[in-house]
Amino acid sequence: MKSYEIIDTSLKELSKLKAGDFITLTATVYVLRDMAHKKLLKEKIFPLNLKDKIVYYAGPTPTRKGYKSGSLGPTTSVRMDKFCKEFIKKTSIIGIIGKGPRSKEANTCMLGKVVYFVALGGLGALGGSCVKNSTIILYPELGPEAVYQVQIENLPVIVAQDLKGNNIYGECL
Amino acid sequence: MRVIKNSVITNNVAKLCKQAAYILPNEITRALKQSKQKERGQAKKILELTLKNAEIAKKQVFPLCQDTGTAVLFIEIGQDLKIDGSLENALQAGIKKGFTENYLRKSIVSDPLFIRKNTKTNTPAVIHYNIVKGNKLKINLMLKGGGAENKSQIKMFNPTASKEEIIEFILSTVKAAGPYACPPFIIGIGLGSNFEGAALLSKQALLRNKSNKNPFYKKLEKEILQKINKTHIGAQGLGGKITALKVFIEYAPCHIASLPCAVNICCHSARHAGVVL
Repeated sequence: MKSYEIIDTSLKELSKLKAGDFITLTATVYVLRDMAHKKLLKEKIFPLNLKDKIVYYAGPTPTRKGYKSGSLGPTTSVRMDKFCKEFIKKTSIIGIIGKGPRSKEANTCMLGKVVYFVALGGLGALGGSCVKNSTIILYPELGPEAVYQVQIENLPVIVAQDLKGNNIYGECL
Repeated sequence: MRVIKNSVITNNVAKLCKQAAYILPNEITRALKQSKQKERGQAKKILELTLKNAEIAKKQVFPLCQDTGTAVLFIEIGQDLKIDGSLENALQAGIKKGFTENYLRKSIVSDPLFIRKNTKTNTPAVIHYNIVKGNKLKINLMLKGGGAENKSQIKMFNPTASKEEIIEFILSTVKAAGPYACPPFIIGIGLGSNFEGAALLSKQALLRNKSNKNPFYKKLEKEILQKINKTHIGAQGLGGKITALKVFIEYAPCHIASLPCAVNICCHSARHAGVVL
């Protein structure tokens, strides 16, 4: 088990990560889940610039007055698999944070382009306390399923699939 | 006849929402601590972080999990008790109040297939009513996350099915839940009754905190727990000795043609709270 901190989230830096690395991540991430995927991919002009960014499959609890975020933890990634190929193509994201193994198709379309991290499921209080800033940037009408821009600091995550395709849950290809 | 005002019920349900969402039950914390002692390496670290999560949540700023769940209410109404006003309305109002005032996530949509519009109150709660002797009102609230609920299963066995076949089904359900449903799990099993009855028993089993009073089922709970932990799915599904913290079985009489078995998977964040009014 390796443990180190990642602050620079360029593709070059992320290429150093290996499947199984247990790291703490400091980055700006874009929180979105099922309905936001569905809506975003129906838009005529893609409304967000996510090039070289990390997306986080999650839906937080509401933020208490005087705090930066509510509880925030990962949701099951495999539900987003059917959107994965088109989403990566349209956005050029370089990282995804989620929960659990993904389909072979999703693993294949992340290969070489996107590092797949898993955050710890059910640890939303810990996740929320790692948030330094959180803003709803799109689809506020979706409530917990809106798109949030979130600054996370020292969030514990595990590299589930690295850029070479090594995958902690087994062979990806 | 004893009378309870519906405002008392609403306020108590709201309090239960707060307690369940922020305070991990003692027996779960204890089981996590014991599991941590048995693990090494990454699994140990994950369980340490899981316990740290509960410590942070206790301060009542961040709920234990961002998925504050479907609100499931188990109600026991004494037949000699009179409720002033609508009980159903009082309970639903309590969920709305509890979820709004305590900054819990509203995860309920109005229609499963076509509209899927968020109700913005986390209502309606799923409510199970039971009429019992006496003049008390017993309320048990469970906040059940979607990830673990999605991995629950039911199977209608033939009445001649063996214990081994039942165990095999339970193990295959747990294996399929694997890393998706946030292990270490608490497993609720409903045996007997009928199709919907078994499912309900499996959920009620998750409210228990002691092993079965019936020696046969107590032994079976222990056997299933040992077998689940031999799968080495581990915390977060990333390997380890502890895949489930507890196994609880509820059983009921059933038809000569049937042997229903429901398995309700609960994540490590087993959130429930109760009160007697």
